[in-house]
Parts: sequence; structure tokens; C-alpha cells
Amino acid sequence: MNKDQQSNDQQIIESRIKSEYKWGFTTDIETETVPSGLNEDIIRMISAKKNEPEWMLEWRLKAYRHWLKMAEPHWPNVHYDAIDYQDAYYYAAPKQEKRPESLDEVDPKLIETFNKLGISLEEQKLLAGVAVDAVMDSVSVATTFKDELRKLGIIFCSFSEAIREHPELVKKYIGFVVPPNDNFFAALNAAVFTDGSFCYIPKGVRCPMELSTYFRINAAKTGQFERTLIVAEEGAYVSYLEGCTAPMRDENQLHAAVVELVAHKNAQIKYSTVQNWYPGDEQGKGGIYNFVTKRGVCLEENSKISWTQVETGSAITWKYPSVILQGDNSIGEFYSVALTNNLQQADTGTKMIHVGKNTRSTIVSKGISAGRSNNSYRGLVKVHKGALNARNFSQCDSLLIGDKCGAHTFPYLEIQEKSAKVEHEATTSKIGEDQIFYCNQRGISTEDAIGLVVNGYCKEVFKELPMEFAVEAQKLLAISLEGSVG
Amino acid sequence: MLTIRDLKVSVEGNQILKGVNLEIKAGEVHAIMGPNGSGKSTLANALAGREDYQVDSGEVLYRGKNLLEMSPEDRAREGVFLAFQYPVEIPGVSNANFLKTALNEIREYRGLEKLDAMEFLTLVKERMQLVEMDPKLLNRSVNEGFSGGEKKRNEIFQLAVLEPALAIMDETDSGLDIDALKIVANGVNKLRSKDRSFLVITHYQRLLNYIVPDVVHVLVNGRIVESGGKDLALHLEEHGYDWIKNEREAPVTM
Repeated sequence: MNKDQQSNDQQIIESRIKSEYKWGFTTDIETETVPSGLNEDIIRMISAKKNEPEWMLEWRLKAYRHWLKMAEPHWPNVHYDAIDYQDAYYYAAPKQEKRPESLDEVDPKLIETFNKLGISLEEQKLLAGVAVDAVMDSVSVATTFKDELRKLGIIFCSFSEAIREHPELVKKYIGFVVPPNDNFFAALNAAVFTDGSFCYIPKGVRCPMELSTYFRINAAKTGQFERTLIVAEEGAYVSYLEGCTAPMRDENQLHAAVVELVAHKNAQIKYSTVQNWYPGDEQGKGGIYNFVTKRGVCLEENSKISWTQVETGSAITWKYPSVILQGDNSIGEFYSVALTNNLQQADTGTKMIHVGKNTRSTIVSKGISAGRSNNSYRGLVKVHKGALNARNFSQCDSLLIGDKCGAHTFPYLEIQEKSAKVEHEATTSKIGEDQIFYCNQRGISTEDAIGLVVNGYCKEVFKELPMEFAVEAQKLLAISLEGSVG
Repeated sequence: MLTIRDLKVSVEGNQILKGVNLEIKAGEVHAIMGPNGSGKSTLANALAGREDYQVDSGEVLYRGKNLLEMSPEDRAREGVFLAFQYPVEIPGVSNANFLKTALNEIREYRGLEKLDAMEFLTLVKERMQLVEMDPKLLNRSVNEGFSGGEKKRNEIFQLAVLEPALAIMDETDSGLDIDALKIVANGVNKLRSKDRSFLVITHYQRLLNYIVPDVVHVLVNGRIVESGGKDLALHLEEHGYDWIKNEREAPVTM
């Protein structure tokens, strides 16, 4: 290759690196916030704004008092400046007179925002397929397909609505899997959470469509603290999708969500995430801190929980979607693609806690590091005494693109049961120049070659995603990797 | 088709090709033979545009265009194909997907419509027969877990699908048993046409029993020291490379 050719390639690469985060716009909409800072009055104000019952407020305050006694943990393999919890806003909502009864009453600007994101709420209403709950900043702005689902006894609504309409269910299950004092960020979330999605599938019902929540942070300096709670009763099945984006802002914004899944006897919950929060610019300025607690419990026998995540966004991703395998013969799965580019950091993985007999878990983690980013897999497989014949298979692969990035693997095994079988495989590879050249020599451009190689590498995870999501994930990966190879 | 004039190429600062001249006309099959380290693979890689192969001087005209100015992918799209000595594995990417991507990028470059899945499959099934390839290999990851013979056969299969004007075969015979060699050679022979040229690089004469060349060149120490008809290959087989080295180098070292 001659000199001109090389400098030409360099230009293409540089221009692609500068390609901007495509979801970085803000919506100019009147926002209602409570004053910044965090204290009991703020929490009372949030609770009052949401017309919450007294028990909910008490639950929040208890969590807050607990949080005050906790210290922010710093054990992950990530670095960030201290977060000033008094400088953030804990409630922001697009101003609406009242919760809209139908999409016709939703502010057109909001509809437009979600259309821009490719989440057409109007179309969702017409086309069969996916039921969407759209959450902007702190509140749910629209839920589609609610009536159809209701006929089957499925409840799919915003968390606020669930507190009002189904208090007995919320009371029973909130904090059931992730107690308010579980960890620092879970406690913070419990104190100030503003909305989220609630989903309840009654006994024997197979949810006929994908349920989806789309999270969007819009307001500046606002933390997003949503909760998702999914309960699948005996023999129920649900597939749930979560997508997220945020505008480009210079300051960091905290996203500390809690997701709880409860699977009863023979029930199955499939939870898929395509996380694309704003990752910050190439100098590492701005971006979302994605500090999330996600945990499911296979409460009774033969239940199954699968987490599939494709993580391309956020300045820092710090989360471990976990499964407690309590029921006998229950199954936990974790499929993950975590991509970091520029100065992004990720410390992510899973925990599989085997309690019941004949419980099985599978972990497939695919880390991709590019630019100057740092990508860590951290996972725990714990087999309690009495979890007879528990089995785990873990595969943790790391792919490096370029020579300035890092990949780390921290597997933890705690095995207290002799009959348990645990297998762990790990590989680290570099995208080979020989692979790229081979593709080039067949007429494939370097960018497409990287796309091919990376998608091939992630195949085992992508095949776990629902079809449309898999396509979106592939595109997202390609965009996130633009210009990352020289 | 291809004109190489005084081509000098370095790898990691060492000049390997020290002035190669070569003229290949459309429809011709040229063989390049030579001892290990003579620069055969360097010539193949330099023509394909591999990054580590620095062209110091010289000129390569391909169908009247300056080949050395083109990116590797554009050379491929213009119709230059390299059958690799060591085909590369791409885990998770099916052979079919890989080839379809390649074919459609080439077609797009040439202003042709992309093939849809059905058209592609029809084409591929037909071409697979040329090299008697197991159709199951289509859905397997590119070269992953392939035997040596399957990898080489896969290269010729790709050649058959992508239909280049100039095919460079870098030691395609290495690692093949006699049956596999015959199949590969047979495939190549079926692909010979008046519009397609081949540059066959090999250490052994054996392959040339099956792919009969129009011209044979001997490359020693980065220069073509002898050119002739197919009999030259037989002569080399009999007398070894020392014969040529002695004959050519002795007067120079006086």
C-alpha cells in the first residue's frame, strides 16, 4: 500500500471517528422539576407529585435513611470523579396536565421525540408486534397496546400507575429481589425512583407480543432512577425488551435503575437490553454513568430467566444482571455483548446463585474493546450446599481492536456442593490484520470487514435476541465501532 | 492484462524483490517457480496490496490502470484475486455470508445490481460443483475447522464465484494430497478462458502437470532469471534450482 493510500485511509478513519452520537438531540419541551439536591423533603415532594399512598412514601424514606448510612462502593475496575448527589435533580417530567388516557392526548413533541428515535408510538398502536412503554426523564409518557393485553389479564403499565391501580401486587413484590438496602445505588433508587415499567403475567398466560420499555433521558443534570418489576406467575411466559438513549451533554448523568424479575413455577422470563446511553465524546467528556442493579429469582421449580444484553453506550457501565436459582431444575442464562470505544469503561458480568437442586446456568460474555477504552468481565458463580448436581458453563471472550485498549476478566467461583459441575472458558483475541486483509482482498471494505468479524464474534449472543432487536444491535455495533481500526 | 516493470519491494526494511519484470496477456497462464525465500509470495502479496509490503520502485499496470495506487479492496473489485497460501479463519461468519458480502460489494463497485439471496444461492450451488465442495461448508464459518485441503478448495471456490480477470494462486498446491490437487487443478482448468489470466506460484513442478502453463518463470533472489515454456518446469524438476543458480550467479560472483 503506498503513502497516499495510507493517508487517505487515515482521513476516512478520522472522519468516521468523529461521526456523532446519532441520538444526541434534546427535545425542547416544558419540564417540571423539583429543586436540586436530596433530602427527606425532596422525597416527600416526589411522592406527593405522584399522588402516592402513604406506604410508598414510608418505603422510600426508610430506603433513604438506610442510604445515608451507606458508602458509595469503589471496587469496580472503573474510574470517575466523585458524584455530588446534592447537585443533581431527582425529578424531571415533561409537563402534562394529566396522565394521557390515549396517545391522542400526548404532547406531539413527545411523540416526535420517540419517532426520531425510531420508536413510533403511533405505529405501535396500529401494527401488531411490540407493546411499548415510553419513559422520558422520570415519567412514563405512553404505553401502547394496554387494552389488548388487559383482555388476557396481563398488566403492562408505568410503575406509577401500578402503585395506584395494583397496590397489592406492588406491595408484595417491590424490593422482593433487590431489597432497598441491597447496595448503595439500589437504596438511592428506592428513595427517589420516579417511574418505570410494571409487568404482570397471570398464571398460564403466554404473552403474545414482545413487551418493551424505551427509556430516554432528556432534561439536563437529571438522574434517571426507574424501576422495572416483572412477575410471571405459574406457567407464564414473557419476552421483554429495554432500549435506552440520551442527549449529548457535557456533564455526566447518573442512571441508577433497579430491575426485578420474579419467575414462579414453570414460568419463563426473557429480558433483553440494547443499551445505548450517550457514551461521552472522544475525549471522555460527558456521558451517562449506568450503575444498575438487575436481578431475577427463579422462585419455584422449572422456572427460567434469561438476560441478554448488548451494551454499547454509557461513559461507564457497571452492572451484573443476576439470577437466583432457588427452585429445583430452574435455569439461568446470561448472554452479553459489551462494547467500549474511545474512553468508555465497562465492568459488567453476572451472578448465578445456585440454591435449588439440578439448577443450570449458562454465561456467554463477549467483550469488545476499541480506542482507549477498558472492558472488564466480572462474574460470580455460587453453588450453595445442597444445590445437588448444579451445573454452570461460562464462556468469557474478549476481542481487542487496536493496541490502546484493555480487556480484563474477573471470574469468581464459590462452590460449596461437591456434586456441582462448573466449567469456565476464556479467550482473548485481537481483530487480526490478516482477517481484515483477507476480506479486503475479496472486495470487502475495511469497515464492512470489521462489521463481519465483530458480528461473527457476537453471533452466539445475537441469536438470543428477538429478530428486530438483533438487527438493531448489529447496526448499533457497526456505528459504535466506526473508525476504530486503523 | 498485467505488466510489471522493474518492481522492487521491501518487507520490514529488507528488499525482497529486486527488479521484477513480467508481462501477462489475457487468457495466459504463467507459472512462477523458485526456491524458498526467492520472493514468490512477496510478489503475490505486493500485487494484492498487503500493507507490510512496501513498494520501493517500479510500476504495475493492470488493464492499463496503475495497480499500485489502488486500495486492496479496489484491486479485488477491479478483478484481481489472490488465492491465499494460508487462508484466514473468520469465526462466526458463514462462508455464504462472507462470499455474498464480497460479491455484492464487487458488483456495486462495477455498477451492477446486487444479487438477492435466491440468485446468490443458485450461482453458488453451480460453482460448488467445480471444486466438488461439500455444500455443508457453505454454512460453516469461513475456513474455521477446515482441513488443509478444504481451505484450498474453498479458495478456488471463491475464485469461481467472484470471477476475477487475474487470479494469483500462492502455493495453492502446498498441503494437498494428490487427489485434492487434481480436484483443485481441475477446477482451475474449467475456469480458464480467453479473458482470464492466471499467475500460478509454486515451489514444485507437480501442480504444473495438471495446470499446464503457457509460460514458466524462475524467480531467484528477487529477480526473474529464466523464462520459458512448460518444459522449463520439467527441467527444473530434474536438475533442481541449483542448476539455475549456478548458471546465472556464477559469472556475477567472479
